[in-house]
Amino acid sequence: MLGEGGWFPGAGPLWLSIQLAGATTLILVIVGTPLAWWLSRTRGFWRTPVEAVVAMPIVLPPTVMGFYMLILLGPAGPLGKFWLSLSGDTLSFSFAGLVIASCVYSLPFVVQPLQNAFQAVGEDSLETAATLGARPIDAFFSVVVPQSMRGYLTAAVMGFAHTLGEFGVVLMVGGNIPGRTRVISIAIYDHVESLDYAKAHLLSAILLVFAFLALLFLYFVNRPRNHV
Amino acid sequence: MSFQIAHADTVNVAVASNFRGPAEVLAKHFLNHSGHHVRISAGSSGKLYAQILHGAPFDVFMSADELRPEKLEQNGLGVSGTRFSYALGQLVLWSQRKQFEGADCLAVLKLLNFDHLAIAHPITAPYGAAAKDWMQKLGLWENVRSRLVTGENIGQAFHFTASGNAALGLIAASQLINKDIPHGSCRYVVPVAEHRPIRQQAVLIERARNNNAARAFLVFLRSEQSAEIIQRYGYRLP
Repeated sequence: MLGEGGWFPGAGPLWLSIQLAGATTLILVIVGTPLAWWLSRTRGFWRTPVEAVVAMPIVLPPTVMGFYMLILLGPAGPLGKFWLSLSGDTLSFSFAGLVIASCVYSLPFVVQPLQNAFQAVGEDSLETAATLGARPIDAFFSVVVPQSMRGYLTAAVMGFAHTLGEFGVVLMVGGNIPGRTRVISIAIYDHVESLDYAKAHLLSAILLVFAFLALLFLYFVNRPRNHV
Repeated sequence: MSFQIAHADTVNVAVASNFRGPAEVLAKHFLNHSGHHVRISAGSSGKLYAQILHGAPFDVFMSADELRPEKLEQNGLGVSGTRFSYALGQLVLWSQRKQFEGADCLAVLKLLNFDHLAIAHPITAPYGAAAKDWMQKLGLWENVRSRLVTGENIGQAFHFTASGNAALGLIAASQLINKDIPHGSCRYVVPVAEHRPIRQQAVLIERARNNNAARAFLVFLRSEQSAEIIQRYGYRLP
């Protein structure tokens, strides 16, 4: 684990943010796949309410999520109590707690691109796979996933980038612990508040460049392909 | 211009988070007394100081230390000669966890019998700096470091502790003076002599140099009535 210093001032928080965003993206892609698939195929009553719930983190203030997270993850909260009995440690102020909070925070940014990609997969190609004797799960991995690669790339980049930029929720449930919960956005906030603008500039510039590159990549992947 | 005396103004006051409770009470009394309104913005002293440096529209700064008002005076953003100490802060070690019911908070701290200790940010918040100073003097700092959670200001450190997320908190005595706040499971009033004193100073901001309401508020802060309120909130007078 890199300290606060590392190769350059702020390398520790940056590395922590990358770990957090990586873990969150991985979990969300795994959990989000069946959820997005179900949303793309079901015509049942529950589809609309579930879509609304998935999209909620886009419109909710981070303080609302942070507040509920602190209660949920706290030693008296349902999830926190369970974790405490399991690991003997509280979930609030921990990296694991941040991963849980980030999974909620970034959920729509992963599920929605996947759902869009799945919706674009035609029923006919699935039927063809079924006719050829593929079980649904095989058909999913051999037909749907390859056709949804752009959706997966978009979901992963959006989930990663959005988690990297997470601030409000972490400010409320993180406790600013170096190496555990002091992520890059919190470190920037800290540097600005303590008038250490040199460090704030460095870390902000890194995030600025990263945000541009991530979006550039997304627009490149999803650019309209004209037939020549 | 005597016709302006009856004119009701609004004073924008930047208050260190620890003093938010008493500041609200003082504002109410000041309104009755003068007819002027006080608009309070609370935050860590460091944050408020940085905001004032960047031209935030505050008329009075009530810091939790003497350092920042002094700096404002030196760089011309504070009106020289208007700076004074309005209170001496008091640190309290406090817990809300049932497991420490009737326990000795100080012993819990020394024996490291806890998961998290919440303090205010030692760089931006003077109460955090005092907490660090105290634990360093007791030789506890290195041991507790890995268990620290840091609130952006003392208000957040208090909320981490009151919600039970942090087992212990080093907070301001004034935060416990509220009938809605439970007594807690254990509390230890930190002896003032064991850390650098928390000398809380106020200063008039340059933009309010000719603001009579702001000047009246500073005068009111030094009145008998204010002194009584400040002491009721667990502060000592300078």
